[in-house]
This record gives sequence, structure tokens and C-alpha cells, in this order.
Amino acid sequence: MTTAVPPAAAIEGVSHCYGTRQALNDVTFSITPSTFAVLLGLNGAGKSTLFSLITRLYAVQHGHIRVFGHDVGHASSEALRMVGVVFQQRTLDLDLSVIQNLTYHAALHGIGKYQGRARAEDVLARIALSDRANDKVRYLSGGQMRRVEIARALLHRPRLLVLDEPTVGLDIKSRADILAYVRRLVVEDGVSVLWATHLIDEVSDDDDVIVLHQARILAHGSVSRIMEAADAQEIRTAFTRLTQGADAAIEGP
Amino acid sequence: MTAELATFPKVTGFLPVQYVICLKGIVWREGLRFLHQRERFVAALVRPLVWLFIFAAGFRQVLGVSIIPPYETYVLYEVYITPGLMLLIQLFNGMQSSLSMVYDREMGNMRTLLVSPIPRWFLLSSKLVAGMAVSLPQVYTFLAIAWFWEIQAPLLGYLAVLPALILSGLMLGALGMLMSSVSKQLENFAGAMNFVIFPMFFASSALYPLWRVREASPLLYYICELNPFTHAVELVRFALYCQINWISLAVVGGCTALFMVGAILAYDPSRGFLARRGEPGGGT
Repeated sequence: MTTAVPPAAAIEGVSHCYGTRQALNDVTFSITPSTFAVLLGLNGAGKSTLFSLITRLYAVQHGHIRVFGHDVGHASSEALRMVGVVFQQRTLDLDLSVIQNLTYHAALHGIGKYQGRARAEDVLARIALSDRANDKVRYLSGGQMRRVEIARALLHRPRLLVLDEPTVGLDIKSRADILAYVRRLVVEDGVSVLWATHLIDEVSDDDDVIVLHQARILAHGSVSRIMEAADAQEIRTAFTRLTQGADAAIEGP
Repeated sequence: MTAELATFPKVTGFLPVQYVICLKGIVWREGLRFLHQRERFVAALVRPLVWLFIFAAGFRQVLGVSIIPPYETYVLYEVYITPGLMLLIQLFNGMQSSLSMVYDREMGNMRTLLVSPIPRWFLLSSKLVAGMAVSLPQVYTFLAIAWFWEIQAPLLGYLAVLPALILSGLMLGALGMLMSSVSKQLENFAGAMNFVIFPMFFASSALYPLWRVREASPLLYYICELNPFTHAVELVRFALYCQINWISLAVVGGCTALFMVGAILAYDPSRGFLARRGEPGGGT
């Protein structure tokens, strides 16, 4: 038997509770390396909880999460160094400059000053923000801040990039730019991406889609497979049917 | 049991130099943040100076201080309360760093720190060192101003007090961090500051010698004796006069270790309050 490359992320039977409220219920799916996976779900579906578990902000209560085979609980350092994360909330230091924010992140990954600075300049060039390197983050637009956050998440060269609703609150152009940039990372650099969103128009036909609703996975597969399963002509209808069906099942007859 | 898949790529652990880089990065950021918050620096200085210039001057006649170690002569009341005020700076600084941690946690900056692959105990310890480090220039600036107010310790004392300040700064920072982990909301924490800072400061040897407290109320005396802040004040007071108060050193050292372990456990994802109390901010 040959040694297979493990999935970029393997979520196995993960459940999570906040007190009595169940945020995730037996969630299982995996992400193939170098693919763009969309975690589709409405607000409150459990997306952010899943992100907090993948990034080990919270410990996994039940089940396992592995990043390229490294268990987030037992081998968290190995797992975390392979993950780049963009949280839903802004997490940049507004009073520091763009480059200071990036070199701080580099230091948190044990990357020294000069290498950190070189990498920061490199990623800034890629997101076309080199000219803003020394500006305070406070003076950037929402879209620019998001691009800096993505650049920061890529600074330590992770193989899995997880983004939690990264386009929320941005205008149409910034949204499209960011989406296109992250898609390019998958194609050109082979980065694996988990992109959480509630915006169905961000899903493209080639994506791997995971539908999360009320703490459970309703469907997982290619866009065509999900449409087929829901007997729908387009992904939006499929999503509505799946979630409404689940709601009806919960409410009961 | 599920079959283990090959891990890829195989990179484990961090080099000592990477730990140093991480520590330097965290201290550097804390320093930058401090420089950007000039009002915080001014407030940190004005507070003890008000005590020194107004309170102490007013009470000089009322509160006589007899000769007690480490002093070898009668000292002015201003001289007596100076170590307490140095610690007041560190107490506020420790609480302020923690307040920024609560703020960070709610605003998300703390997440950036906690998702670093470097072990979490090291990240939190670095954060403590960083908070302590920014308290030092504040204390020394205060001492410099006090010097011109003719509150002058032996020159060597200014050097000898440094290790004491490092230890006391770590203790107060660790206490603040422990509190920040228990407090979910900013408002709660602001309240907790009043319940911690003022009782700690007043029920200590910062403003009056303990023998005087004992005369007034034996119960309060025992409370003051049990207060780690008292021992931090005494440690610094003795160090400023190039002496070591061994009991205080033991208490402050012990409390620092205790609070640090407590804070690290509290921020541990599997054990801590973080997992039990918090839901991720801004949606689930």
C-alpha cells in the first residue's frame, strides 16, 4: 500500500456544546488538498465554532480534527503551523502599521526580523499593497484590511487557509477581488482553502461544498452532486430545499 | 481506532531561537502599543504623583513613621509611601494589560496570539513578560521625578530594585491575566478592578506600616499580612535600600508561580474558562 497524502483537513465526528446548547453535532467531512472548499451555512449554523476548533482556540470535545494528518489536540504545534486563518472579526492592530502587524505575526511563528520583513514585503506585493506598508492599519479601507489579513495568514506559508466569512461587510468589488485572489492561491500555489460563507453567490461550480445547518452537515460534495441530491437546478435552490427540509424534520409533523 | 495517515510534512518542535524571536515580537508589540497610548503613560504617572505630592504632603504631620527596617533613620512620610506607589504603578499596569487582553479577546487580537503554533504557555508567559517590561520605564520615570522631590534612595538601590520590580511586575501581571480569563465581559472586568485594585492597595503596607495597622485592628493586620501586595511592596522597599526581605521574596515568588500556572491553565483550551464560558464572538 502506498502512503497517501492525508486530507488537508479531516473533521471526524466532531460535536461541541456551549453549556446545553449544541453548536456542532457529529460533523464529519474532509478537504482534499489543493481544493477550494466552501462551508455554506446561515448565521448560527456553527461555522465559527468549527473554525475555533480547527485553530484550537477551543479544545475538541468529541471527535477528531486533523490537519494534514496532525491531530489538532495532540500535535497542535504541527497542525497550527500548517494553518493560516482569517477570522470573521478584524484582528489587526489598528494603531500599528501594516508591516508591523505582519512582522508581529511572523515573530509569533518564530520567523526572525529580516526574514519576516522580506516575506511581509513579498506578500504585500502580491496583494498590491506595497505602497501602504508603512501606513497605520486604521487608515486602510475594509477591503484593504481584509487583504492584509489574508496576506498575514499566508506569511508562514501554510498549506491550509481557513477563512471565516471573509467578505462580510465589503463592497462588491472588494468581495470579488478577494474571492478571485484566494481562488488563485489554490490554482497557482496548491493551497487548500476552507471558505465559510452564507453568501451562496460565492460558490463556483468547481467547488467542494459542505452545507452546515443547525450544527449538522446536511450535504457534502461537488456542486452538481448537491444539486442532484436536492433535485434542484441551481445551488441556491438546493441550499434552500436542504435547509428547509432539515427545519421541517426538526419541527416534526 | 482509525488508521493513522502519513503526516506531511514532518516538521516538529521549535528551535530555542524561535522562542526568543516570539518573545521579542510580543514584547516589541506591547512596547509599540504602549508608545501609542501616551495618555496611558501620563495617567500611570499622574496617579502616584498625586498621592505623593498631595496626599503624602498633607498627611506628613498626621502619620509619623518610626524607625523600621529597612530605614535607619526617621523618614518622611513621602519616603515611606514611595515603594507603595511604585507598586501602584505596576498594579495598574498589570490590570491594564489584562484589560487589554479582555479587549483583545473580544476584539480578536488575542486570537492572533493564541493560534500561533508556539506552545500556549510560552505565549502567555511572553505576554506577561511584555506587560512587566512596559511597567519598568513607568516606575523609573516616577522615581526620577521623586528624586527631584528629594525622595532619594542609595544610588545602588535603584539598580538593586530592578529584580524586585521584575518579580513584582510578573506577579501582578499574572494576577491580572488570571482575572481576565475569568471575566467574560469588559464591564465585569472594570468592576473587578475596583474590587481588586483598591482593596489590595489599601489593605497593605503601602500607605502605613503594619505595626500601626495592628494597633488599630488586629484583624486588618492579618489581612494585610496575607495580602501578596504587602509583600511585593516590602520586597521593593527593602531592595531600594539594597536589602533583601526573604519572607516577602518567598511570598512574591510563590504567588507569581501560582498565578502564572493558574492563568496558563485558565487559557488552556481544554481545561480553561475560555472553553466553558465563551462562544466565539460575532456569530457562531
